[in-house]
Amino acid sequence: MASESYPEDLLYHSEHDWARIDGDEAVLGVTWFAQDALGELVHYEAPDLGSSVSKDASYGEVESVKAVSDLISPLSGEVLEVNQTVVDAPETVNEDPYGDGWLIRIRLSSPGEKDELLSADQYRKVLEDA
Amino acid sequence: MQTLRRTPLHDRHVALGARMVPFAGWEMPVQYEGVIPEHKSVRSDAGVFDVSHMGEIEIEGPTARDLLQATLSNDVDRLEPGDAQYTLVTNEGGGIVDDVILYRLDGHRYLIVANASNAAAVFEWLKARELRGSDVRDVSDDFALLAVQGPRALERLGLGGARPFTWAMGEVDGVEVMVNRTGYTGEEGVELACMADEAGRLWDAVLGRGVVPCGLGARDTLRLEVCYPLHGNDIGPDRDAISSGLGWACALDTEFTGVERLRATKADGPAEKLVPFVMTEKAIPRHGMPVVGGGEVTSGTMSPMLEVGIGMAYVPAGSAKAGTELVIDVRGKERRGVVRKKPLYTKEQ
Repeated sequence: MASESYPEDLLYHSEHDWARIDGDEAVLGVTWFAQDALGELVHYEAPDLGSSVSKDASYGEVESVKAVSDLISPLSGEVLEVNQTVVDAPETVNEDPYGDGWLIRIRLSSPGEKDELLSADQYRKVLEDA
Repeated sequence: MQTLRRTPLHDRHVALGARMVPFAGWEMPVQYEGVIPEHKSVRSDAGVFDVSHMGEIEIEGPTARDLLQATLSNDVDRLEPGDAQYTLVTNEGGGIVDDVILYRLDGHRYLIVANASNAAAVFEWLKARELRGSDVRDVSDDFALLAVQGPRALERLGLGGARPFTWAMGEVDGVEVMVNRTGYTGEEGVELACMADEAGRLWDAVLGRGVVPCGLGARDTLRLEVCYPLHGNDIGPDRDAISSGLGWACALDTEFTGVERLRATKADGPAEKLVPFVMTEKAIPRHGMPVVGGGEVTSGTMSPMLEVGIGMAYVPAGSAKAGTELVIDVRGKERRGVVRKKPLYTKEQ
C-alpha cells in the first residue's frame, strides 16, 4: 500500500478525486484518502469510451470487499481512455493512486472549471475539517 | 445518542490499529491489516476473531429440556452432555427469530450462543416461555468468546482433534477455556469461551502463538464462501426455515413453535428458495439487489479465494437448481451469474 500523500501538481475535488491537467486533456483518479477509506479495491466499473462525464457527477464506481463508492468527476469532458490495468487489477489504485492507479483520461469540454478545484493544501484542509 | 458497547478486548483492537465500526450495538473491529489478507490467513493457517459480542443464555432445571424442545427446531434429545447442535428459535410462522448453537453442559443445564443482534430477543423469547422448573439466565456479560479458525488453528493452540459439534473444558497457556468445536468459516477450528476478565490473557496467548487477528469483514466473506447464512441478511423472522434451506436443522417429528407451518411448507414445497450463486460476468452482488424475473440478493461480496462475485439470493423454486442462470440488477445494469451447490468454496479447488 502507498503511504499518505497529496501531490502539489494535481488539482482536487472535495469528494476525494484528483485531476492532472495537460493542455485540453486531463487524467482523473481517486486520492490516497479515498482508497484508504475503502480498503483494497476489488472492482472498477469504468465508463464507456466516448461517453461524457460531468463535473460533480458520477462517472463510474469502485468497490472494495465491503463497500461501493461512486467516482465523482472533478471536470467535464469526453472519455478518451480507460485504464485497463485498473479494470484487470483494481488493487493498483491502492498501490499507486496517483500513478499506475489513474482511472480515466478525458478531453475537457469546459477547461475553465479547473478554477473551481482545490490545491493540495486546500484539499488537506478539507480532510482536516472532516 | 446510542452508546456502543465494548468487548473486554476493545483496547487491544485499537492498539493493533483495527478499524472499529458499530455492529449490532457494539463497537467491533471490521479489519486490522485488511479483509483479504485476514481471509487468506484463515484459509491457509489460522485467524482469531473476537466474538464476545455474541449472547450467552443459560437454561437450567429439570424442565430445561422441555422448554428447549418446545422452542427450538432441532431435536434436543440428540444431545448428550458434551455435545453441541445448530438449531433455530422459530416463530409461529416457521420464521427464524435467531439461529443459535445449543450446548448441553450437563444433565439439566444447557447454553445457547445467540447472534449479538438477537441476544436480547432470544433471552426474552425463552424467558416468556419459561416453565416451572426451568430457569433462563442471560450470562452474556460473564463470558468472552474467541473464534480461532483455520487449518493450523488446533496445532497453533496445542489442542488435539475432536468431533465437530462437541465441547470440553480445556486450557490455553494457563487460561481455563470451554473449547467448542464449532465455527463460522468452513475451516477446522474452535470457539473458546473464557471468563470476561481473562479475555485479555487469552487473546494475548492466542496471538503469541502466531494466530492472525481478523475482523468482522473477513468473518463475513469466509462464511459466505461456504454459504453459512447470516441472520438479518439471508434468514429472518419473515422467511420460514424450509425456504431458507435449513430444513436439515428442523426435526419435524418433534413439537416446537411453528412446526405445523414447516411441515406444510415441506409437503407443498416452498415458493422461493435461498440459493448460492457465482457471477459469470464481472460484478459484485450486494444485499438487496433484485434478481431479474423475481427474487432478491440477500448477501454478496467478492470472494477472496475464487476472485469472482459470489452471493446468496431467494429465487423462485423453479429457478433454484444448480446450473440455472440468474441475472442480477447491479444498480441498473444487468449482470449474469449461475446458481451453484453449497459450498461455493472447497479446499480442492
